[in-house]
Amino acid sequence: MAAPKRKTDIGPPHYDQMLHPAIKANYGKWKSHQNLKPGVLMHEGESGAKVYTVRGASARLISITTIREMCDLADKYCDGFLRYTSRNNVEFMTDKEANVEPLIADLKAMGVPVGGTGSSISNIVHTQGWVHCHSSATDASGVVKVVMDELIDYFTSMSLPAHLRIAVACCLNMCGAVHCSDIAILGIHRTPPTIDHDKLGNMCEIPTTVASCPKAAIRPAMVEGKQSVEVIEDLCMYCGNCYTVCPAMPIANPLNDGISIWVGGKVSNSRTKPMFSKLAIPYLPNTPPRWPEVSDAVKNIVEVYARDAKKYERVGEWINRIGWPQFFEKTNLEFTKYHIDDFTLASSTYNSSTHIKF
Amino acid sequence: MSNTPLIDELVKGPWPSFIKDIKRTAEKNEMCKDLLNLLEMSYRDKKTHWKHGGIVGVRGYGGGIIGRYSDSPELYPGVSHFHTVRINQPAGWFYSTSALRYICDLWEKHGSGLTNLHGSTGDMVMLGTTTEHLEDIFTDLSEHGWDLGGSGSDMRTPSCCLGKSRCEFACIDTMAICHDLTNEWQDELHRPAFPYKFKIKIAGCPNDCVASIARSDCSIIGTWRDNIRQDDAAVAKYASGELVYGARADGKVDIKADVVDKCPTGCMSYEGGKLSIDNKNCNRCMHCINLMPQALRVGVDGGATILLGAKAPIVQGALLSSVLVPFIKMDPPYEEFKELIGRIWEFWDENGEARERIGEMIVRIGKGNFVEEVGCDPIPEMICEPRSNPYIFYEEYFEEE
Repeated sequence: MAAPKRKTDIGPPHYDQMLHPAIKANYGKWKSHQNLKPGVLMHEGESGAKVYTVRGASARLISITTIREMCDLADKYCDGFLRYTSRNNVEFMTDKEANVEPLIADLKAMGVPVGGTGSSISNIVHTQGWVHCHSSATDASGVVKVVMDELIDYFTSMSLPAHLRIAVACCLNMCGAVHCSDIAILGIHRTPPTIDHDKLGNMCEIPTTVASCPKAAIRPAMVEGKQSVEVIEDLCMYCGNCYTVCPAMPIANPLNDGISIWVGGKVSNSRTKPMFSKLAIPYLPNTPPRWPEVSDAVKNIVEVYARDAKKYERVGEWINRIGWPQFFEKTNLEFTKYHIDDFTLASSTYNSSTHIKF
Repeated sequence: MSNTPLIDELVKGPWPSFIKDIKRTAEKNEMCKDLLNLLEMSYRDKKTHWKHGGIVGVRGYGGGIIGRYSDSPELYPGVSHFHTVRINQPAGWFYSTSALRYICDLWEKHGSGLTNLHGSTGDMVMLGTTTEHLEDIFTDLSEHGWDLGGSGSDMRTPSCCLGKSRCEFACIDTMAICHDLTNEWQDELHRPAFPYKFKIKIAGCPNDCVASIARSDCSIIGTWRDNIRQDDAAVAKYASGELVYGARADGKVDIKADVVDKCPTGCMSYEGGKLSIDNKNCNRCMHCINLMPQALRVGVDGGATILLGAKAPIVQGALLSSVLVPFIKMDPPYEEFKELIGRIWEFWDENGEARERIGEMIVRIGKGNFVEEVGCDPIPEMICEPRSNPYIFYEEYFEEE
C-alpha cells in the first residue's frame, strides 16, 4: 500500500461542503428574521423560504462523545449539518418546522439547555484555565460552569433589558475578549514569579528568559555562584510570559491568585460605540470547586442591572446613564483606590467637571 | 469513593458539565483519566500544573501545534505530554456531520478525545496528544482536505461571522472573504515571520458578532453607503403590535420611544404614522434595524470599514481597533484590500519591535505617521477628535532665502 500523500498549505475545507441545502439555496438572499422564542430563530428568504435555527448551550470544552451525539441529532433532524457560534453554542438548522420541537426535546433530554438568543445571557466565552494552560491564575471551564448554573434562567429566557455578554479569562493575557464584555471575569496573579536558582541555569536559556519580559524587569544575575536571573519586582505586572519560556520561574501563587470582575464593555456599535469593560471588583478569592464569591458577585450585578436598566440598554449604557457612583451604590460594591486608573492616560478617566449627583 | 471529589462538584447543576463529559470519555481513554487527576490536583492546590515546553510542530510548518507538558509526569504519565493541535475551521464554523465525525475518529485514534469547539481565534482546538502522533495526524488531515491553523508570530487563522449564509444584516460575504484570505496567505499562516501575531476577523455588519473590533489586529466590518431600506407596511405592523421585537412579553415596539429617541444621531422622526430617516446623518449603528428587522434593512451598496489594532492588555494596555479605511468594496478577488494589507505588513515588518502588536506600533509611531506610510490620506473618520495639545511635530517650514 502506498503511503498517504502529505500535502501542505491546502487551507481549510471549503464551507460550501458544510452547508445545509436550504442555507445554500438562500445564501445572500435572506430578507428578515424573527426570534420565535428563546433559542429559536426563523430566517426568511426573499423567495419566502424559511429556515429554523435551534441554539443549544455547549461547554466549549467538549469530547468526541458529545460531538458525536450532536452529530446524531443533526443527522436525525437537520439532514446532517450543524454549526457552532462565535460564543461556542451549537446551532441546528432545518427547513422543516415540524422538526423544531422534537429536536428541542431531544436536546433537553441530552442535558443541553436551549436559549441564548435575543435579550438573554448567551454562552460565556472563555479560556483554557487549569485544564490546559501554564499561565492561568484560575480555572476557566469551572468558573463558567458555576456562573452559568446560577444564571441559566437568563440563558433560557429573554427577560433582560438587552443582551448580556459574559466572558472569562484565566489571566491577563486574555485569550478571550473579556476586555469588552458586559461582565468580565478575569483571573489575576498578584505577585511576581518565584525563581528556582538551583534549576534555572540548567532548565532555561537566560537570554531568552530575559527577552521574554515585556517590561524588561528580568536581568541576568549570579546567585550564590550560579547563573540565574533576578526580577525587578516593581516593574513586574504578573503576565507570566517568563514562565512560558522558563519553567524555573513559576508565576502561580495559590495564596494570592484570585479573580477580578469588570463591567460595562460591548463590541456592537448599536446606539453607542464599542466600550471597554471597567473594574467593578478588584479581587475575589480563588475558591474552587464552585467559587461561590464569584457566582454571587456576578448574579448580584446581573440582578441590579435587570431591575434598574431601561429597555434595550446594555450594562455599559446603563452605567453611563446612572453614573459610576450610583453603580457602586446600587450594587453595594466597595469603591477602592484600585478602581482609580494609574496606567497610561489615566488622567483621561478623572472627573474634570462638577457633574455630581447628590 | 471517587478520587476526584473536588471536580466531582462540577458534575452537579443544570449547565452542561465538562467534567461529566471528560469522565464519560475517560472510560475509553487513559489521557482523560489522568487529565481528571491532574485537574483535581489543581483544584486542591489552587494552581495550574501545566508548564510550557519546547517547540513542537510538523515538518515544514512553524505554527499550528502548541507544546504542553505537565509538571507531574511521574504522578500522571497519561498527560505528561499533552500538546494542542489547531485545525483551521471551515469559514462560519459550519460542518457536515461526516466531516465532524472524521475529526472525532482522528482524535479518538491520535489524541485525548477532547476538543474546544472552538478556540478564541476560531480554530478547532484539539486538546492533548503526544509528539510521536503529530506527523501522522497532519498527514491524515491533509489527505482528507484539512490543514492546520496558526500559532506564534504569524497571521493567525482568520475567522468570521456566518454573514450571508444566514443573516440578512450581512453587508459583505464574510465566509467567502475569510476562505479567500486564508488561502491567499497560507505561508503567512503556517510560517511565523512577523514581529508578533496578526489576527483578522470579518464581521458582516456593525453588530460585530465575532468581536472583531476587540479581538483582531485587522477588523473587517461590513457596512453600507446607500440608504436603509424601509418597508412602511411593516413599520405599521410594529406600531400596531402585530410584529414584536424578539418574542418578548414587552416586545411591542414604541416607535417614538424605542426607535426614534434611541437613535444616537437623531436622524429619525416619526410623525403621522410615517417613519423618516435622514440617511445622510445615519452613522450605521444598527439599533433601528436590530429592533425592527422586518421593516428596516441595511442598504444594498455594501462594503467594509477596515479598522486596525485591537488587542488584549499585554503589554501596553488593551486596544480597540480604529478606523483606517471608512469604506472599501469587498468583492473578489479583493485586490485593493490585499494590496493595503501587503503595505501594512511590509511597514510593520520593518518598523515593529519584537512582540509588538500592530496596534501598539501605531500608538508608538503616531497614527498620522502610520497612515501616511501605508499610503492612506489622513481623514477625520480616523479619530474621535483632533488633538488638544499643541505639541505638533511640523515637518515643513520656511527658511530665509
